[in-house]
Order: sequence, then C-alpha cells, then structure tokens
Amino acid sequence: METKNVMIVGVGGQGSLLASKLLGQLLLQQGYDVKVSEVHGMSQRGGSVVTYVRFGDHVSSPVIDRGTSDYIVSFELLEAARWLPWLKEDGQIVTNTQQIDPMPVIMGAAEYPENLVEKMRAAGAKVDALDCLSLASQAGTAKAVNLVLMGRLSHYFDMPEEEWLAAIEKIVPPRFLEINRRAFALGRNA
Amino acid sequence: MKELMLGNKAFARGLYEAGCCFVSSYPGTPSTEITEEAVKYDEIYCEWAPNEKVALEAAFGASLAGRRAFCGMKHVGLNVAADPLYTMSYTGVNGGLVIAVADDPGMHSSQNEQDSRHHAIASKVPMLEPSDSAETLAFVKIAFELSEQFDTPVIIRMCTRVSHSQSIVEAGERTVPEQIPYEKNIAKYVMMPGNAKKRHPVVEERTKKLAQWAESAPVNRVEMGGTDIGVITSSTSYQYVKEVFGDRVSILKLGMSNPLPEKLIRDFASKVKKLVVAEEMDPVFENYCRQLGLEVSGKDLLPMCGEFSQNMIAECLGEKLYEGKALDDPIPPRPPAMCSGCPHRGLFYTLKKNKVTCLGDIGCYTLGAAAPLSSVDTTLCMGASVSAIHGFIKMQDPETARHTVAVIGDSTFMHSGMTGLANIAYNMSNSTVIILDNSITGMTGHQQNPTTGYNIKGDPAGKIDLEALCRAMGFERVRVVDPYNLSECDSVIREELNVDAPSVIISRRPCALLKYVKHKAPLKVNPDKCVGCRACMQIACPSISFRDKKAVVDATQCVGCGVCSQLCRFGAYESTAKED
Repeated sequence: METKNVMIVGVGGQGSLLASKLLGQLLLQQGYDVKVSEVHGMSQRGGSVVTYVRFGDHVSSPVIDRGTSDYIVSFELLEAARWLPWLKEDGQIVTNTQQIDPMPVIMGAAEYPENLVEKMRAAGAKVDALDCLSLASQAGTAKAVNLVLMGRLSHYFDMPEEEWLAAIEKIVPPRFLEINRRAFALGRNA
Repeated sequence: MKELMLGNKAFARGLYEAGCCFVSSYPGTPSTEITEEAVKYDEIYCEWAPNEKVALEAAFGASLAGRRAFCGMKHVGLNVAADPLYTMSYTGVNGGLVIAVADDPGMHSSQNEQDSRHHAIASKVPMLEPSDSAETLAFVKIAFELSEQFDTPVIIRMCTRVSHSQSIVEAGERTVPEQIPYEKNIAKYVMMPGNAKKRHPVVEERTKKLAQWAESAPVNRVEMGGTDIGVITSSTSYQYVKEVFGDRVSILKLGMSNPLPEKLIRDFASKVKKLVVAEEMDPVFENYCRQLGLEVSGKDLLPMCGEFSQNMIAECLGEKLYEGKALDDPIPPRPPAMCSGCPHRGLFYTLKKNKVTCLGDIGCYTLGAAAPLSSVDTTLCMGASVSAIHGFIKMQDPETARHTVAVIGDSTFMHSGMTGLANIAYNMSNSTVIILDNSITGMTGHQQNPTTGYNIKGDPAGKIDLEALCRAMGFERVRVVDPYNLSECDSVIREELNVDAPSVIISRRPCALLKYVKHKAPLKVNPDKCVGCRACMQIACPSISFRDKKAVVDATQCVGCGVCSQLCRFGAYESTAKED
C-alpha cells in the first residue's frame, strides 16, 4: 500500500498529542508501518502546531510535505486554512469550526479571514466542517474536541468502529473512557 | 511486543536494556523526554542536575564507580558540558558512559542551529547517529559496549525529527553488567600536564582503532540500488533520501559520524557515477570526502540552513512537485505567546511601562520580546542576562544604566545565573537582577529544579532559598514581589533602579499551568462599563479579544489572574465567581 498521510493541526494546548497517539495506536493495531512526528517546546505555547501521521507498508520519512497530505484534521479553522497548501489534490479536510484569534488579530494588527470554509472549498478542497466544541461539551467536557475530531475522521477510514474503540481503550485513562467514547460517537455520527 | 515509541522514549528503553544505572541531565528541547522516560524505570537512578556540565561530571563519577552512566542534553547544552567532555576523552571511563546530544535543525525551540558533530570531532569522542526509534534503542546498547571496549565516552547525536518522532520498536530485556571495581590510577585519571601528555597519544591511537571498527561495523551500511547517484547520508536525512528515491539510488548510511570509515567511503564512491552527500546543517561528511580527494556534491545542491524534508531533497535534485493550493487571503501568523495567567506578563508590562533596557535569558520569558510587550532587549544563552548587565552598566552612561535590568528564570538562574551574580557582587556594579521565580522549569514542560523543593520523581528534595543565597553573596537589597500585583511591581522596580546599590528582585508566582495552582473564576467584561480604550490590550493576554469595539474574555482560557482589571480605569472587568 502506498503511504497515507494525515496531518493534525491546531493551536498549542488544544490536545492534538492525544489525537495523534490514538491514531498511531489504531494504525499499529492494523499492522501498518507507522511514523508520527510531533512538535514540543516553544511552539506549544499557544502557537500554531502540527503533528504528522504516516502509515503504509513501509514508511521512511516522519514528516509530510506540501501538496501531499491525504487528510488534514484541524482543531481550529484558521489553522486548517494555514495548512491547506499541504493537502494533496482531492485530499480531505476535517475541521472544527472553532475560531481562536492569534495574537496579531487580538492586537488589531491583522484580521481573521472570513468565510474560510467556503474559500477552502472554492480552492478545490473537500471540507467537512463541524462545531466540535459544542459536540464535546454535549459529550461532557470541552476538552474532548480531539475525540470528536477523531470520530469524524473515522468516518473516512475504511476500518471497523470496534478497532477505533479498542484503540481508545488503550490510550485513554479508564476514568475518562466513557466521556471520550461519547465524544467519538458524536463526531462519527454527526 | 511491537509498539510505537517516541525516539526519546526508545533511547530511555535502550538505557534500561543496556543496564544503565545512573542518569543525570539538564532538560532542553528536543532531548528532555529521554530522562523523563528513564525515570519511569525504578532500576535506574535519575536526576535533574543544575546544568549540563554538572550533569556530565556526575555521570563521569558514576562511571568511575563502575556503573553504566548516562547524561542527556540539547545541542547548546554540550557547549556548557564541553569542558569535562574534552578531558574525559583523555581519561576514558570505567563503567560505560553515554552522552545524548539533541540537535535542532530548523530551530523549533532553540537559539541557534549548531551542528554537534564538530564537538565529537574536536573532542575526539566517537559519535553515533540513529535515524529512527528502533535504531535509537539498538545504538544505545552499542554505544555502551563501545564505551567500555574502547575506554571512551560515546556521544549519540539525536535531532528533533528522531527525538520527537514515533516509530515502531520491539523492546527487549534488561541485562546489567557486573559493577566494575574502581581502581586508583593517577596516570589515567589525573590530567595534569605530565599525565595528559601520555594520554593524548592513547586518544589518537583509539581514534584509529575506532575508525577501523567503523569500516565493518553494523551501524554503517551500504544499500546498493541504481548507481547513477550514490548518496552518503545519516540520521533523519537518510529517511528523506529513502522516501524520495527508494532503491533508485545507492546509499551509504552512516550510523557513526565520528570517526568516519575511509575505506568504506572510497569503495562506495568508486561504485557510483555521481557522489552526493545529504546532511543537515554543516558539510562535515562532504568536507571529509573532499579531504579524501573525492569528487562530491553536497552544499552546492542542498541548503546549509534549516531542516530537510523529502520534497526539499527531491526539488534540490531537480524533481518537479505539486505545490499545493493556498488561499488568496493572507493568513495571520500564530506565534507562540505567554499563556493566560502567565506570571511573567505583569512583570514585563511593568518593565515596558518604565521604559527599561532589559537583558533577557532563556526560558518561556523570552516571549517577553514579542509584541506588544516587546520588553526583552537581548537573548543569548543560559545565564547571559546576569553576566551581561554587569558589563553593560560598567560601560553605559549613568542615566541608561539606571534604567537597565536583567531577567532570568529560577531554573536558568540555578543553571548559570549564580556565577554572573557573583561577578556583580565581587566587581560591584549597581545591577538590578530580576529572578522570575515561577517555581518550575517551564519551557521544557515542567521539570523540577534546585529551587522547587522536589526531585525528578516529585518527591521532597533539597530546596535552595533564593533570598538567602543572594544575601550570602553580599546583596543587601533582596526584594520579593507578586507579578500579579502591578502597583507593587512598579514601585519596587522603581525603587531598586534608583538606589545606588546592586539589588535582586524576586518576582514570585508559580506557573499558571502547574497542576497544584488553583485558578480563580474567569473574569468577564461588563459591556456597559467598557469604553473600548484598549488599555487592557497592552498585556497581550490570549484570553482577551476585541469584538464590536469592546473587550471580551474567553472564559475557557481565563484563569482570573486579574492583571487586566488593574489596567481598566472604568472597572469593566468583573468576576464571574458566585457571591455568597
């Protein structure tokens, strides 16, 4: 199988590390070769962050380049637009519609672009946009946005739901399991 | 069992399996998780040392005692530890001694892009370079064996993409070698000139033997494919080359970057039409090839700055690739910023208000240089703020000198701020040093340090009293302020700037992200009182934004620190706490 690329993008502190951990666990279970590349350190402090997940028969590079990502999963709308050039032709974007102003917007030095979902679609991208924050709150905690997004991504993967649930069980501490399962289901069935 | 493992975690697994018994490190991205993962094995004694030099010397002591020992650091940390390293190369070791140095091409979280291979060459210490997690685990075990076999410390060079990528690893069992008895050996371990003169030839001889070992060592391997191009590469660059070319080219993958295998390289070069070196940062392998008289391409094709990727290598070697589609709209950048409730914010606001020159240091508070606070004037290396303010004040006109401070975090102060402070006390300058004590090492993800009172496991430990320490050095003026209290900060900083004596101000408030820190109820803006003056926007809090000409607080982010409300002359900021 040709290597598949998934990018998980967002704002530092939004919980993208758990999402990539889950995805990595799932793909490992499925018997794929997997590489996951994360960002730690300074950029975690509220900056734009990206995690690369690659899987296939044999994966060499741990990073994903412009124009080559099959999926971009975004925790925040502007970040989906920022990483759009990384999407390959007919790649799929799955994005939270939440908007978090970056510092230049907060300071009035720049504007948060409007109608980003429509603009990304106009640029030819397939965009699945979802209010993950509301769904996460519905599941029981605003922190479960990552599981809502993974649930939505699972919709596009040709893998049985039980496999995802098994991976969630391996990754999530028992006391948060129920809430995360609910969040996953809400995303998957949205 | 196969599992997905971060390169740094695989390193720690390697330490465990190799029977390493002692770990002393100083945190630094991207090396930190090696030690954080090692501490999870109860069989290994682990600690955070105050700095890399102390850590490496402690590891040397453990090796001398006959146990396998390890010390981890980021690339700039090796500059700090270079002093013991260069002479440890002469003394050699007793128990195996392995050093991790993690380079950061692309500077994801660093102040420079130095290539640590130069240190290995200059100190004449062997260096291994793994290219993924499985190799990392394997190389750690090989490194300990090499260390004991050749009587030398061994460096393993990691980089951001190896340290912070997960790939598949199969873990094995731990075997602990017998403790090697310590035997007094003055000629080997006391490096005074008479002895060192005898040890230097030993080092040169060892390097020759290691180069011989490298010729047939499993860490270096040739993967023959198409012979039009032959690529010499290592580390993560190998993965990019493999990704782009598969077996369309031949590859000499070097797992050992010092010393290099002359014959292996010459043989490989003779089998391919065009020889290319793909290495991030400096042309170390390339220059070696030239030294051998080989015709080679490298930095004429590939950049010296920043990190590589598969597309970058493909494009530099002439392939055309799909560029991806960007929107026409400008996408505003999202630089890192101080967190909501960060105790540094109030302090930097006060510095800006007083228009001071601020010599900065390494840590989260380097973000004080970002707009709109723009309070930090310099960032050089660990501890440089305290040392540099002394020279600056000595040579600056009295008026500017009076408006100058140094800022340094608690962990950085322990690392190498104390010696600078000793210089101020000893050579007497009227410096004002502000220790930003947030009770943790913040930037690298919350490591304990000698001022926090806890050790790496979170157990109670020795605690250095900063006030007592400064007083003992001769500072009569040691003040403590709460950075959440702007008027207190302002008056104390003004007083200390105006007094004709050196002083230390400790700005004390734990990092808002620490689990034990209790947050207050978020604030809200009363839109009837907010006049839209934007006074509260001067502190660049990520929780506050402007909508319809009024400030609004993001209640999911706000921790109720109240700094914003002290800037509002109209009392628009109100607590959301339920009144009893």
